[in-house]
Amino acid sequence: MQLIYEKSVTGRRGVKLPKSDVRAAAPLPDSLLRKETACLPEVSEMDLVRHFTNLSRRNFSVDTNFYPLGSCTMKYNAKVLEDVAVLFAPFHPMTALLPGGDEFCQGTLGMLFDLGQLLADITGMDEVTTQPLAGAHGEMTGIMLIAAYHKAKGDKKRYVVVPDSSHGTNPASAAMAGYEIITVPTASYGDMDMELFKQAMNQDVAAVMMTCPNTLGLFNPHVREICDIAHSHGALVYYDGANLNAIMGKVKPGELGFDVVHVNLHKTFGTPHGGGGPGAGPVGVKKELIPFLPQPRIVMDEEGLFRLEKYSGHSIGRTANFFGNFGVMVKAYAYIIMLGREGLIQVSEQAVLNANYIKERLKPYYELPYDMTCMHECVFSASKQLEHGVHAIDIAKFLIDRGYHPPTVYFPLIVKDAIMIEPTETESKATLDAFIEVMIEVARIAENNPQAMFDAPLTTPVSRLDETKAAREQNVCCQW
Amino acid sequence: MPDTHYCPNTPEEIREMLSVIGVDNVEDLFAPIPAELRAKTFNLPPGMSEFETKDRMRFIAGENRQEMLHFIGGGFYDHIIPSVVDHLSGRAEFYTAYTPYQPECSQGTLQALFEYQTAICRLTGLDVSNASLYDGATACAEAAMMALRVTGRNRIILDGCVSPFSRQVLKTYLFNLEVDVIEVAPLDGQLNQQELAGLLNDSVAAVLVQNPNFFGSVGDFTALADQVHAVEALLIASVYPISLGMLKSPGEMGVDIAVGDGQSLGNPLSFGGPSFGFIAAKKAFIRNMPGRIIGETIDRNGKRGFVLTLQAREQHIKRHKATSNICSNQGLCALRGLIFLTSVGRQGLADLAQLNRDKAEYAKSQIRLLPGVTVLATPTFNEFTVFLPRPARGVVSELLEQGIAAGVPLGEYYEASDNVLVVTVTEKRSRKEIDTFVKALEVALCS
Amino acid sequence: MSEIYFSKDHEWIKVDGAVGRVGITEHAAHALGDVTFVELPKTGKQYRQFDVLAAIESVKAASDIYAPVSGKIVSVNSAVEDSPELVNESPEDKAWMAEIAIDDAGELKKLMTGEQYSDYLKTL
Repeated sequence: MQLIYEKSVTGRRGVKLPKSDVRAAAPLPDSLLRKETACLPEVSEMDLVRHFTNLSRRNFSVDTNFYPLGSCTMKYNAKVLEDVAVLFAPFHPMTALLPGGDEFCQGTLGMLFDLGQLLADITGMDEVTTQPLAGAHGEMTGIMLIAAYHKAKGDKKRYVVVPDSSHGTNPASAAMAGYEIITVPTASYGDMDMELFKQAMNQDVAAVMMTCPNTLGLFNPHVREICDIAHSHGALVYYDGANLNAIMGKVKPGELGFDVVHVNLHKTFGTPHGGGGPGAGPVGVKKELIPFLPQPRIVMDEEGLFRLEKYSGHSIGRTANFFGNFGVMVKAYAYIIMLGREGLIQVSEQAVLNANYIKERLKPYYELPYDMTCMHECVFSASKQLEHGVHAIDIAKFLIDRGYHPPTVYFPLIVKDAIMIEPTETESKATLDAFIEVMIEVARIAENNPQAMFDAPLTTPVSRLDETKAAREQNVCCQW
Repeated sequence: MPDTHYCPNTPEEIREMLSVIGVDNVEDLFAPIPAELRAKTFNLPPGMSEFETKDRMRFIAGENRQEMLHFIGGGFYDHIIPSVVDHLSGRAEFYTAYTPYQPECSQGTLQALFEYQTAICRLTGLDVSNASLYDGATACAEAAMMALRVTGRNRIILDGCVSPFSRQVLKTYLFNLEVDVIEVAPLDGQLNQQELAGLLNDSVAAVLVQNPNFFGSVGDFTALADQVHAVEALLIASVYPISLGMLKSPGEMGVDIAVGDGQSLGNPLSFGGPSFGFIAAKKAFIRNMPGRIIGETIDRNGKRGFVLTLQAREQHIKRHKATSNICSNQGLCALRGLIFLTSVGRQGLADLAQLNRDKAEYAKSQIRLLPGVTVLATPTFNEFTVFLPRPARGVVSELLEQGIAAGVPLGEYYEASDNVLVVTVTEKRSRKEIDTFVKALEVALCS
Repeated sequence: MSEIYFSKDHEWIKVDGAVGRVGITEHAAHALGDVTFVELPKTGKQYRQFDVLAAIESVKAASDIYAPVSGKIVSVNSAVEDSPELVNESPEDKAWMAEIAIDDAGELKKLMTGEQYSDYLKTL
């Protein structure tokens, strides 16, 4: 399919702009002007619409395909959420920052305040900031809050401890916040090795980061002990909320001893993934960390009005321009109030049920490195299929031909040729059964006719792209 | 009977699944969680129907002042958004997909982001772009961190004319690192060239400027780029994309890294987000770029296709040594930006920029006539700085009551600036609206 | 007659008198997959044994390369920077990375002989 630039014809326009109703201004001096207009596309609205409509049809998406991408929680995105977001499109963030402006933004400020309270209750924390713009951004913000906390106490800490099963954003975020990383291996029982963890802890550790359930989909029963050990060494504990979908209403990270959490609104709270964002990563803290929260902070005054608190000297500052990805938060807020208490509990129960059902039905055919009750996702290894030369990537490509977006492959790194399946609660038994049947067939084909797997996918516009060529040539901008 | 519109399994189906798993009820699946770790309370209110939810959200939106005439910027701008942007980015195949990890079934997203990268390169006049960052402010921070990596040095110089929000975010990002941040106070609404020159030496990794700056002043940083390069440091410029329909591009000035906020490109105000940050740089710096990058390649049959590339820079491979921790970016917002740029097109962006400037110059000429008011005499695009005879806060507050957001009162952000206001005029403001605004100002200043 | 030694991180060093030529082994190159980028050290820079000397990237992985011995870099093989695929084609010959002036030959005792390295590979 051609690039939009290849379809451009000089002089074509895509939209009619308003005519000016004021006189033309004298031009700026040449030294301030660009020499030539930027070489942007020149197409009619028809061409533009056809181009992007046809592009969209080259995507698999939740609305078109079962999308069991582990760790990403690809649940159904309710259309009502899209409808309510547009109600807030015209509001300018600066209005709230003007003198007396917050009075004109009681709706939006109140919603953010309320969302913070709801998330605080769900996670068992004392206060939530909605400013971080993505999960990883929340992680970085959270580690910075921990750094500020230690600095205020005059403690110089050096390390952040993470399990080797952690998502890459955990060590990356800690490094961005100025810490060195200590990695603790996962034991054979699927959780962070307790002995090695105790050995790794010392007075120079600022924080321990954990995901619970972990990236293997397993709940670590020693999690409170881990928090206690961390605290006894003067370290704080960070909860990566990527897997919160498994435990809403069942467990609150705050009650386990976590000091800081982030949640992923685009995972657990049903906002769309957007082809790679926008997401949102609100961060919750225990009260000791409230003084360090980023600004602006929304508070409720004695009259019940929502105000922006004046900048406090202890705050870490700002992690984003304004209040965070407001348009994403509207959707998450609507999702939470629509589902309510019983709805969120049902989400976690059904997510866990669906994952365990897949696990039971597929374990005769794929190696299950941790054969125990999982939570909302299960991790297989393609080790049996490797005996016939079939890798996890080949299974993934074959599934595409059958109309499935493949599960996550090669993560977590600690499982050989990992296949991580997270069905989510929004899928029916019928969908799961069809997927299971195909996965069983794949196991059979891998054994009897592996060659058939290496040609996949055959039904897509392109097949087995040369990633080496892409990395070596670094062609990231159309030269046409 | 449980609701099955989002969680489809009926009690019958649930029973079947439980029996396959070998447990009696769903609660048994939570057995690995020790009883003492179970939530003590869960206090959320009960749920409601879709209809009631819409009603509630309409009520909340209604608590905000609905009609507001925007003469304010501060980093977010009230621009037109062609209808195609909503319709096309609203296609579910785009917005319910995720990161294109499996390229064969994500060529829609991948090609669109490649086209987006191309658009950013052409707008900024630089060689390489990524597939978006979170917003303009964090993009400034990421660019600074990129410069620290490239040069191996640990000092950043900030022009105080850069948005206070961007500067604050940058300082937050760097607060726990062994990095020095030096700010140069503005001189008459522009960069203090002399003071900056005095600070340039081989300890400096980068200098960050903004064009147009927070006061609306437009500059040419070509000479500055030469000075910065003479000490082997990098010049980073935060730029306003609509202005690039007219203004000298960062690439033409010799800037090394250009960043900015893409909200003005097809993304609604939406009380501050989501938008997207863009970053573009000279080709030599590509390995140090943060975030996702889409590259062109061919498939096994020689057909052109697009893939995530140079992934070895990213967190899922390099972990703590990654160029950034960024995972999800702002894909859909970048797509909106691309559709916007495609819709207005090459000449359209130039026309749009012209409209913005014409309207702003008209407003300027009217405001200048008000008694006791002067306007900063620097070249401007669609924002300009006004000196009022009384504190700007009061004036802004009065106009707010009338449904007019008059501009950004600088006293909050800069010293000795209580009487200073930065006014923005975009193509959406009609002559009539501008006249209404000027009249309201006049009344406020006379009282 | 030059001697070859191997490190547990899969570097090899071919010692010729006072100079050692360094690269990565066939095993490492195979594990990385298609190499897309190599960052070589600067000539004249001093390294201690097991310091990070160079970096190598493939499509799906990134690795550090460690100095097998202490010493100063006397030359680097820019062919490998220009054509990273050389590492996959000839990791133990044409894709040598740097030549290092060996400070202390005694440090070689901390490395493995060819036979020891072969045995080591079997344990992985």
